[in-house]
Formats: sequence, structure tokens, C-alpha cells
Amino acid sequence: MQPVATTFFFYFLSAVTVISGLLVITRRNAVHSALALILALIGQAGLYLMLYAPFVAGVQIILYAGGIMVLFLFVIMLVSIEQSLKEEQFSKLWVVGLVSALALGGLFVAVYLKGKGIFPERVMIPPETSNTQEIANYLYGNYMFAFEIASLLLLVAIIGAVVMAKKRI
Amino acid sequence: MAPIGTLHYLVIAAALFVLGVIGVLTRRNVVIILMSIELILNAVNLNLVAFSRIWGLHGQVFSIFIITDAAAEAAVGLGILIAFFRNKETVNVDEIDLLKW
Repeated sequence: MQPVATTFFFYFLSAVTVISGLLVITRRNAVHSALALILALIGQAGLYLMLYAPFVAGVQIILYAGGIMVLFLFVIMLVSIEQSLKEEQFSKLWVVGLVSALALGGLFVAVYLKGKGIFPERVMIPPETSNTQEIANYLYGNYMFAFEIASLLLLVAIIGAVVMAKKRI
Repeated sequence: MAPIGTLHYLVIAAALFVLGVIGVLTRRNVVIILMSIELILNAVNLNLVAFSRIWGLHGQVFSIFIITDAAAEAAVGLGILIAFFRNKETVNVDEIDLLKW
């Protein structure tokens, strides 16, 4: 017996996510796109919660909806949007881009229709309360080296961003 | 109605991925192209978390690494955009042709 709420919330959250994603790529004003992207990210955090991943959901909201989107909004305000509002929003070859992207979508549909059976029906329901602890065990155990490399990557990105955005070094 | 399985999440992730690809290929504004790249990375994250329900927590750990990557990519990309805007006063990708002969 499947609870009704799971189905309802899945379709609700995916509708929020996909419609906001559609708004991101169609709005003329970049600020509206950024706000729609925030909505999409929050809907996706809800989907993570439904997948029993509360830590990733929290990181998604704090880092994406909180951090990266503030960065985007600051940059939108630094580059003037008034003049780009009057210009053509889609590139000249937009038909080619749309057709190739839809071909990619058709590939996805074909793969998922053919490979429907290979995903196991039985899913684990991991304990939600110890999720963060187990992720920490992996991060500081198995993935120790990758974790250190990620911190190095962030350092390089910080230096790169400062060097790029500075007027005169 | 069918119970919600892994395939449902994969289909949503595929839809987000295709939306991101459409945004990258058709828009002219660099800021919106970077946002579309964020959509693509998020679709991958959704796939990883959906699979982590079957094969253990490794998918969630990898999605955290991908979020780190996305932060680094956004910072550097927006830094490049600011440096470019200071020189050329435009944010349209088809006017960025300094390296084109």
C-alpha cells in the first residue's frame, strides 16, 4: 500500500522544479531568471528530502539557494541589464540548438523506455537521523583524498575569481 | 497510480538536463547560460541522490563534491564575465569573439 502523500508531493515538487527551470531559460530579465532558479533549487531540495537525503537537501539550500544565487544576483547588478533587455535574447542559431537539445531528450526517452527493467524495484530506506554522520564517515574515511582535493579546488577558484575580477593586479 | 520509483526521479532529472542544454545552446546572455549550467549540474545531482537510495550513500557524497565544483565554476565564470564586461560592455556570447580569427 503506497501512501498518497508521497505521490502527491513527488508530482508537486517536480512540477515546481520543471516549471521554474522552464522560466529560467525563457525570461527576458536576468533577475527573473535568477529568482526562478532559486525556486527550482528549493523544489529540488524537497525532492532530496523525499529521497531520504536531508544533509544534501540542507547543503543545497544553504550553498546553492543561499550562496551561489547571491553571487549571481550581485553580478547581474554589476553588469548593466537595461541595455541587454532591449536586445534579442536568443542567438541566431537557436533552431539548431533547440533541435539538438530535443534530440538529446529523445535519446533519454529511448534509453529509459528500453532500460526500464534494470533499476531494482526494491529501494533501501536508510535511517534519516544518522544520515549526516554516515556521510561524514565516508567523507573523512573513503573519500579523504577527494575531500582534500576539493578544498584545493576551492582555493584555486577563490584566487582565480579575485584575479579575474580585480581591475589591476 | 504507479508507486514512485527510481525511474521517476531519473525522468525529472532528464527533463532538467534537457532544459539546461536548451538554455546553453539558445540564449545569448552569459549570465543565463551560467544559470543553465547550474541546472545541468543539479540534474546530475538528482540522478546521483536517486541512485544512492539503491546502492548506498556514495551518491550523496559525490553530489556534495559536485556542489563544490558548481560553486567554484560559478565564482570563476562570473569573475571572467565581470572582467569581460569591463572591457567590452556587453554580455552577449556571440559578441565575444576576441579569440576568433
